[in-house]
Amino acid sequence: MVGIGPGLRREDKKVLAPSLSSCLITFLRRCTSVRILSKFVRDIPALIGLVIVFAAVIVAVIGPWVAPHPGDIVASHLLQRLKPPSAAFPFGTDNLGRDLLSRVILGTRGALEVAVIVVVLASVIGVPLGLIAGYASGWLSEGIMRITDVFLALPQLVLALALAQLLTPSLESAMIALALTYWPFFTRLVYAETRRLQASLFVDALRGIGAGSGLIIFFHILPNAISPVIVRGTIGMGFTILVAAVLGFLGMGATPPAPDWGLTISESRNYLPDAWWYATFPGLAILVTVLGFNLLGDGLRDLVDPRLRRSH
Amino acid sequence: MSEPPAILELRDLRVSLGGRRHWLRRAVPPVPAVGGVSFSVREGEILGLVGESGCGKTTLGRTVLGLQRETSGEIHLDGRLVSSAQPKRARVERNDIHYVHQDAAAALDPWWSIGRTLEEGLIIHGGRTAGERRARVREMLAAVGLDESVLPRYPHELSGGQLRRVTLARILVLQPRFIIFDEPTSGLDMSVQAMVLNLLLELRGRLGLTYLFISHDLSVVERFCDRVAIMYLGRIVELAPTGTLFAAPRHPYTRALLAAIPRLAPEPKRAGRLVQSEPPSTACLPAGCAFSNRCPHVKPACISTEPALENVLDHHVACWRWQELRSDARAA
Amino acid sequence: MSEPILEIRGLRLAIKTDEGLANVLDHIDFAVARGRILGLVGESGCGKSTIIRAIIGILPPGAEVEAGVIRFDGEDLLGLNEQELNRRIRGSRIGFIPQDPYLALNPVFKVGTQLLEIMRWHAPDEGVRRGERNRRHRTRILELLRRVQLPDPEAAWERFPHQFSGGQRQRLVIAAALASSPALVIADEPTTALDVTTQQQIIDLLRDLVGEFGLSMLFVTHDLGVVAQLCDDLCVIYAGQTVESGRTVAVLDRPRHPYTRALLACHPDRATAFTGIPGAVPSPFHAPPGCRFAPRCGKARPACAVRRPRLVDHDRTGRRVDCVLYEPAEAVGA
Repeated sequence: MVGIGPGLRREDKKVLAPSLSSCLITFLRRCTSVRILSKFVRDIPALIGLVIVFAAVIVAVIGPWVAPHPGDIVASHLLQRLKPPSAAFPFGTDNLGRDLLSRVILGTRGALEVAVIVVVLASVIGVPLGLIAGYASGWLSEGIMRITDVFLALPQLVLALALAQLLTPSLESAMIALALTYWPFFTRLVYAETRRLQASLFVDALRGIGAGSGLIIFFHILPNAISPVIVRGTIGMGFTILVAAVLGFLGMGATPPAPDWGLTISESRNYLPDAWWYATFPGLAILVTVLGFNLLGDGLRDLVDPRLRRSH
Repeated sequence: MSEPPAILELRDLRVSLGGRRHWLRRAVPPVPAVGGVSFSVREGEILGLVGESGCGKTTLGRTVLGLQRETSGEIHLDGRLVSSAQPKRARVERNDIHYVHQDAAAALDPWWSIGRTLEEGLIIHGGRTAGERRARVREMLAAVGLDESVLPRYPHELSGGQLRRVTLARILVLQPRFIIFDEPTSGLDMSVQAMVLNLLLELRGRLGLTYLFISHDLSVVERFCDRVAIMYLGRIVELAPTGTLFAAPRHPYTRALLAAIPRLAPEPKRAGRLVQSEPPSTACLPAGCAFSNRCPHVKPACISTEPALENVLDHHVACWRWQELRSDARAA
Repeated sequence: MSEPILEIRGLRLAIKTDEGLANVLDHIDFAVARGRILGLVGESGCGKSTIIRAIIGILPPGAEVEAGVIRFDGEDLLGLNEQELNRRIRGSRIGFIPQDPYLALNPVFKVGTQLLEIMRWHAPDEGVRRGERNRRHRTRILELLRRVQLPDPEAAWERFPHQFSGGQRQRLVIAAALASSPALVIADEPTTALDVTTQQQIIDLLRDLVGEFGLSMLFVTHDLGVVAQLCDDLCVIYAGQTVESGRTVAVLDRPRHPYTRALLACHPDRATAFTGIPGAVPSPFHAPPGCRFAPRCGKARPACAVRRPRLVDHDRTGRRVDCVLYEPAEAVGA
């Protein structure tokens, strides 16, 4: 088997960025193709997922302009504390009198930011490691995979908590902690795909015409291995929101007065079960968003199959 | 008139597969896939390499190409010694040699379009501008009989015959002199086979190519190849010009192969049926002739000593008894 | 002449796919006589596999039989529901030999266990205890394995599929197909993946088994040489349409349909150079009306694009050619 060492020339390293971007461009082009879209809309759950995610993104972007009381991030109106849902306050108010609807809306941005940053960071670490481990053999491959195994053996939440504690609790440290616990999933996925692909006939044919390892890995194995990563990453975004909410709940993530969903639920603990709206609405927001990402991720599975590429 | 020079020469080539030791895994004993193969290929000829599954013909092909490293023996290309090299260096030194895989669809990356795939070889080797590359690709597309409309298409949108032509064009753009074909017609319908074979003949004449044609289909080999080598369990048992081999086969295995071809005319059971149904496993080959346990004419000498490849008037045979069997056949 | 064991008349089948309606089978008409082997010959994409699936009833979702009957031993198979097909027909009265035996055998179970399971599913409950029944089944299976020339059946019983060679696996699958003493065996290109010497052995074996067990066989292949060696009768299919059928010797000696002629002309035994058939097989999505070979046929007439006649030869051997060229002069017209 051809090793990885000298094959990775300097020019090859520069091709990583164009390779990823070409994959992404092709992916986006495919998303807008009528044939694929019409197939997608027949898949009801995927459509629901897409709508939810789309709505969440919109809310995150235009949140500050849509929320009825945008100033409620910091302001407090103690006269209105713990009011049940009404016309003026559809989600009720919290213990500092802040409008929960606005806080839930404003919290969307934070949740999605965490999701995107964590997944992107985790894949930037995990995918190249998986590619290298899958393509190389011997101690390099074994070493990477055993380290990955160690990380996978530890429960993600516990590890994230420990790391967040080390880095002083904040949303940023939660993101780093989550990324550092999530990359092994991508590595293992990409490792399995790379192993399979590097034994395939077209890679053999490429070696036959003189392709170097770098070219093979980044231009041939990566595009074919990326589809499970996209699916997993989308579902992972949902999962990350959940774990970030747990971290927030435990006080290891966002800090008050941030409108973080998990933090809000944590704050609501003292006021349950009377102020039921305090925990319910942020909880519903988490539920719906995570569900949306899961459904979308499942629906994307068909979309990213390379065999669906057409030359229109 | 002098013979055309040998473009490729193999001397006592041996390849053992497996046999790696890994500190975490159990040692795997090596399997001798190719044992002591020697022959030469003249420039411009088509040499057929025939054998059944497991005989080592694909391993031999890959070793000649350079992706498989030989265990011992020599490979000479144009008189230059090019063996004993790691796959990467071997491919550089032997870049006149190229390989066409058996499964054309699997040999193409499903992610990239045909146009990009065809250009890839040229991109790797450099030295041309984008325009020059596209021109060369178009030239070779025309040579294999494909329309330019396939350039933006993807492998799964093309038929088996078209894919076969694409894989051919992919190596033709790199100006090979020696092409190794691994079962190029397997899985193709008769009519498509004919098209592919006619194309290969035409290209050989036009571009001055030499072919090593690996196949198990004797009917195709009979009409396509100039010389044929029969391989059995890693060894060459017979090598002769096609006409001679098919008219008067000398080795019992060759006779058995020829007798097994299903003919259109129903015929009575001919001589050459095999004794035992399965060949021995390559891991434990007999000391003598590899065919001894299935040969209807086996004698003690066959089991103890491996027969050497004898050459009589350009017809090579590796059988102790070929002369007596020939006179028996004539007398019968 | 007794009634054929399998009769397909006027079968038309289309499959709904994402890319439209594929008219895979337009007109399929043939019969397998009792105790004889019928070779179903055609190139890839002609619909041979679909015909087999239609007979056994394992068509893909979206497949619709638009017309025709499939009569097995007098019974219309298309009228049976899934349960009946499973219980009575599949595996018990119709045996199936698939193309790739490796895919047909479960890799995690021993071979003996799998064969036993087949026998238990199809054998009638003879009222004896389970132990005695299993013993009887085992004896019968070992006998079958011996009959298909598998070396050392007792040892083979304990082995897994991957421990056998390609030819041996094919024999296992043949034994499995014969386990329940079927009346008809359908073989889907069983020798395509085999070496030529192994192929010869399997062909000889099948011929002997058909004679010994009194089976009828439907043998699907694209190799005319194999048909010539094994099959008593043959039927040629092109793009979902039956083209010519009759006794093998008769059809190969005096082919009538232009496609049969062209196909034989390509065969190495008849051709000196490499000849092909110009053009390409029509896609089932855009199949031409009338005779589907007409666009590539050198002798096509305007009538060919309109209709396809069904003709039967006069010598009562079941010889037929579906071609306008062979119609009696009065019927041709303009």
